[in-house]
Amino acid sequence: MRQLLALALAAAVALSAHASLHAAGGAPRPPAQDWSFGGLFGTFDRASAQRGFQVYKQVCAACHAMKQLSYRNLADIGLSDAEIRAIAAEVMVQDGPNDDGEMFERPGRPSDRFRSPFPNEKAARAANNGAYPVDLSLIIKARPYGADYLYALLTGYREEPPPGVPVMEGMHYNDWFPGHWIAMARPLYDDQVTYADGTPATTEQMARDVTTFLAWASEPELEERRAMGVRVILFLLVLAGMTYAVKRKVWADLKH
Amino acid sequence: MVGLHKSEFKNPVVRWIDQRLPIPSLLQKEYAQFPTPKNFNYFWNFGALAMVNLVIMIVTGVFLAMHYTPHTAHAFDSVERIMRDVNYGWLIRYIHMNGASMFFIVVYIHIFRGLYYGSYKAPRELLWMLGVVILLLLMATAFMGYVLPWGQMSFWGATVITNLFSAIPIVGPDIVVWLWGGFSVDNPTLNRFFSLHYLLPFVIVGVVFLHIVALHVTGSNNPLGIEPKGPQDTIPFHPYYTIKDTFGLCIYLIVFAFFVFFAPNYMGHPDNYIPANPLVTPAHIVPEWYFLPFYAILRAVPDKLGGVLLMFGSILILFVLPWLDTSPVRSMRFRPLARPFFWMFAISCVVLGYCGAMPAEGIWVTISRVGTAYYFMYFLVILPLLGKLERPLKLPESISAPVLRGGGPVPAAAAAKPMEKA
Repeated sequence: MRQLLALALAAAVALSAHASLHAAGGAPRPPAQDWSFGGLFGTFDRASAQRGFQVYKQVCAACHAMKQLSYRNLADIGLSDAEIRAIAAEVMVQDGPNDDGEMFERPGRPSDRFRSPFPNEKAARAANNGAYPVDLSLIIKARPYGADYLYALLTGYREEPPPGVPVMEGMHYNDWFPGHWIAMARPLYDDQVTYADGTPATTEQMARDVTTFLAWASEPELEERRAMGVRVILFLLVLAGMTYAVKRKVWADLKH
Repeated sequence: MVGLHKSEFKNPVVRWIDQRLPIPSLLQKEYAQFPTPKNFNYFWNFGALAMVNLVIMIVTGVFLAMHYTPHTAHAFDSVERIMRDVNYGWLIRYIHMNGASMFFIVVYIHIFRGLYYGSYKAPRELLWMLGVVILLLLMATAFMGYVLPWGQMSFWGATVITNLFSAIPIVGPDIVVWLWGGFSVDNPTLNRFFSLHYLLPFVIVGVVFLHIVALHVTGSNNPLGIEPKGPQDTIPFHPYYTIKDTFGLCIYLIVFAFFVFFAPNYMGHPDNYIPANPLVTPAHIVPEWYFLPFYAILRAVPDKLGGVLLMFGSILILFVLPWLDTSPVRSMRFRPLARPFFWMFAISCVVLGYCGAMPAEGIWVTISRVGTAYYFMYFLVILPLLGKLERPLKLPESISAPVLRGGGPVPAAAAAKPMEKA
């Protein structure tokens, strides 16, 4: 057992070292936020995620695709079947070829992927001054500090760069973007969307909601995973305890 | 009866099989009665854990391969499909992904156990060398597996590592083209990596089998590093070590489960959730954590060929370790002078790992060089010299002697018939 404890200690040291490895990566560390899905046992705040979807749909989706998601997935954050059908039907998707060999447009269905704003990366760049608005399906997993970073980015724009920093034409200064100059203009302004539940649509609130939505989109399995994890680890703890008792009993006749 | 194996099994079915195919007898001899030193500590669990880990990787890998598409245009999306649409696909993939890290944690502890207790010394040289072969195969397999999701780090890691071969004089560039199957890391590269990633684990199974055969010839080393003097020093593998390994396995699974269920991406890099893009180079290309010490050695040398040679040399040197270490004493417990050098070696590996994660500039290069120098010094200078200079502590008479504290005679019941108790 002594060796196991020593190992556990070494592992703890190694894991805490890991945290500082990321910190040394270059970009400043964004302040930690209190997320509904944070910690070991958090779950997604459904109301916030739904508001976040609204922000995505009305603001982000003008440029950013989310091609890993289908409309049917929205059931996870509490949208009803009828709502999902209505949302999907708002867009026209290309289908086909039909029996005449023609491609045709039809209203979206729940099984369709989120419609992308641009047909391809070249078209996206052409419409955005050469910059590519990245796909947001995995954005929280694809950035160091995930949700904290995205929230900091969305709320971290400045009208003017700090004194002494030369202005980059066509770029925007952000406190949290690596290198600070980001092609995306400040996307969120107060009252840009009107929330159906009456929540005041401040920039911070919208940033928080859309981050919650995108965190769910990155890890839709998170709640199921943690719930299963609790059961698995409890089971293993009991099993380990019983196994240790058996081990002691088996070894008891060896005097040492 | 001539031609039939003499079976001692009573069960008629087992007996019938055993007479014709004596696998039950073999298992009985090699896994039940197998005489094992009685003084293992928990570091002797890690061989069994590595074995279990290998099985977990093969089983999850087979299921992942049913859903994965090895094509540059589809690989990333097929992995996301596994994560989102395949039933429990996220579970299978996170087990496989974290299983790779767990494998290296387990194997590195297993190797350092061998280094500390001198498990590589005669007569276990070949056993040790087979282990080094397994390590090399494991690294190749892990590297190619990391390429398969076709994220940014997959692509750029593959580009950096395959490019290392271009440092070989004259034929280097041709070898790189041959490895790639083209003129850059592209679809043919991904295809062959997938093929080899599926093949190599079964090669590992084969070498693991040889590793175990060799182990069962010499028997296990033990924390005292002295050979058992007789039956009083050993106990049957079953039930003593089967139950001890099972307990260790539970602890290992708890750690494994914690990562899978609560921190599945902790040991990964966020950039690998960005699809591979040959036109955009990540700010810092870093390999998975288990390659970081070797990556630091590579970058510590200003010359590309020199760096490549040292990096491969850092593992290949393990092959000749049994002859570099001249001390006849195995366990560091009895080598007071060697012990601090060993721990400095362990620290140098950790420091090199840290440097490997840092940008190759400024102070980190200097630290990497010091770490690299010590890494090789330990094997090439310190261990050969210590064997001559050091005066080891007095070795115990036998394994039982220190175990029984007074060195008195062994109670007859202890070793003889462990299975026949209530």
